[in-house]
Amino acid sequence: MKTIDQINEKISSGKALVLTAEEVIDYVDKKGLEKAAKEVDVVTTATFGPMCSSGCFLNFGHSKPKMRITEAWLDDVSAYSGIAAVDLFLGATQLRANDPANLEYPGDFRFGGGHVMEKLVKGEEIQLFALSYGTDEYPRKELRTRFTIDDLNQAMMVNPRNCYQNYNVAINTSDKAIHTYLGYLKPHMKNCGYSSAGQLSPLLNDPYFRTIGIGTRIWLAGAQGHVYSEGTQHAPTCERGHLGVPSEGAGTLALTGDMKKMLPEFVRGVSLKGYGISLSLGVGIPIPILDEQMLLQTTIRDRDIKAQVIDYSTDYPERNGRVLGSVSYEELRSGSIDLNGTKVEAGGLSSYAGAVKIANILKEEIRSGQFLLTSPIAPLPAEQSMKAMKETT
Amino acid sequence: MITKKMLLYFPQCATESPIVYHLVKDYDLMINIFRARVTPDEEGFLLLDVSGSEENILKGSDYLRSLKIQINETVKGVSWDRDKCVQCGSCVPHCPTEALTMPDRTIMELKFNSNECVECLSCIKVCPFGALSSIF
Repeated sequence: MKTIDQINEKISSGKALVLTAEEVIDYVDKKGLEKAAKEVDVVTTATFGPMCSSGCFLNFGHSKPKMRITEAWLDDVSAYSGIAAVDLFLGATQLRANDPANLEYPGDFRFGGGHVMEKLVKGEEIQLFALSYGTDEYPRKELRTRFTIDDLNQAMMVNPRNCYQNYNVAINTSDKAIHTYLGYLKPHMKNCGYSSAGQLSPLLNDPYFRTIGIGTRIWLAGAQGHVYSEGTQHAPTCERGHLGVPSEGAGTLALTGDMKKMLPEFVRGVSLKGYGISLSLGVGIPIPILDEQMLLQTTIRDRDIKAQVIDYSTDYPERNGRVLGSVSYEELRSGSIDLNGTKVEAGGLSSYAGAVKIANILKEEIRSGQFLLTSPIAPLPAEQSMKAMKETT
Repeated sequence: MITKKMLLYFPQCATESPIVYHLVKDYDLMINIFRARVTPDEEGFLLLDVSGSEENILKGSDYLRSLKIQINETVKGVSWDRDKCVQCGSCVPHCPTEALTMPDRTIMELKFNSNECVECLSCIKVCPFGALSSIF
């Protein structure tokens, strides 16, 4: 048994043994669980895939004369201004004004909120255009200016839902191609799309949220951020498999971090043809190895993590709840799956190589004493289901 | 016999000559066109495989140059931007010729072998990061 304080002492004295969630599998195979649990202090997990439900709060400071912004666009992408005079919230999925969207199906969705966030983190110049009705103390009614992230007082990424514990595998049983947020799906189940870092993914390595909770310090695209809440659609009451790992969506995390400290490589606008805009974000979460049980959880491997195959041509949009089958991440990562006797090509949207890179960066930050672990200030809900929308007739 | 992949660039010229006919007929070359955009009074591109003896390919190339057509054997019609690519691999199932692959599935890094690329442009449509692009 170790405490987080003891682990932090080892980190501070440069003696902590830190492994990635990939490395720990072989390590425990070699050393045995009991011995390894005494040695390993931290396991780093990571994910780098598209996740909607991301955004950022920006504070611009005041213009002269002052203005109480009521409508605003950043590089022609609408940002919500119903917060305060010069605070804006930019959502990752917001499409640039005048984009034809799916009028010319399938739309390209070349630029939106996710891309503005990418430009911000890159330090590129962005145009702010703002309107107001004018008040006695905020007389200005129109504003056009250019800025970079350095000109802002705050740029706080606030993501109501990230790090989905697990996710669907999308397939298309119909006879025409469809475009989804899990990629382009050919007809007659010729390919499938998935999005998870599998054995590296944070919440698959801590399936009951024993160490990851509200207040947990995380690596958010290079900045030290934290979990501020359960994520939206957090629904851990679900079907579970080996080591209690969910085989469907399940838990989620709400994350925040300072965009001024982020690395552009890990904040990437996403254009999904026929679907829309999203954001790919690199997240790393350390798991303190408190005891053998915690170490065992981190040895979960792709072959033991299952995901459900869902038909995105009918069952998903119609919310039928039908599952066509179950596949492992080992199969998905191999590039093809066997679905009830049929070979189906598989392509991921989450970057496994990117997740490995993040897990290694976080490992080095911990080993070098730059990144210390935290205890959650409150646990995430352990039992909770997701409600469907109430629709009045 | 050898095969060379060529990108022909027409700077607002020569679009009226039946160059493929002449390459076949006069220089005994086999032509496999991947992609073309040749519009009168505008610049144009033609991407093809040329097969034949080395000597005939050289002569055919001289013929093309005499029409002020620029031949590029290194630039490809489709290019992969390593910095924009996040290595997600969503393009791989859509590449019909295995020009885009993840040869080592333990590390899941993308490789682009442009020699295998037949310029179908499927990858450009599916890449969410704009990492694949076409020069025309």
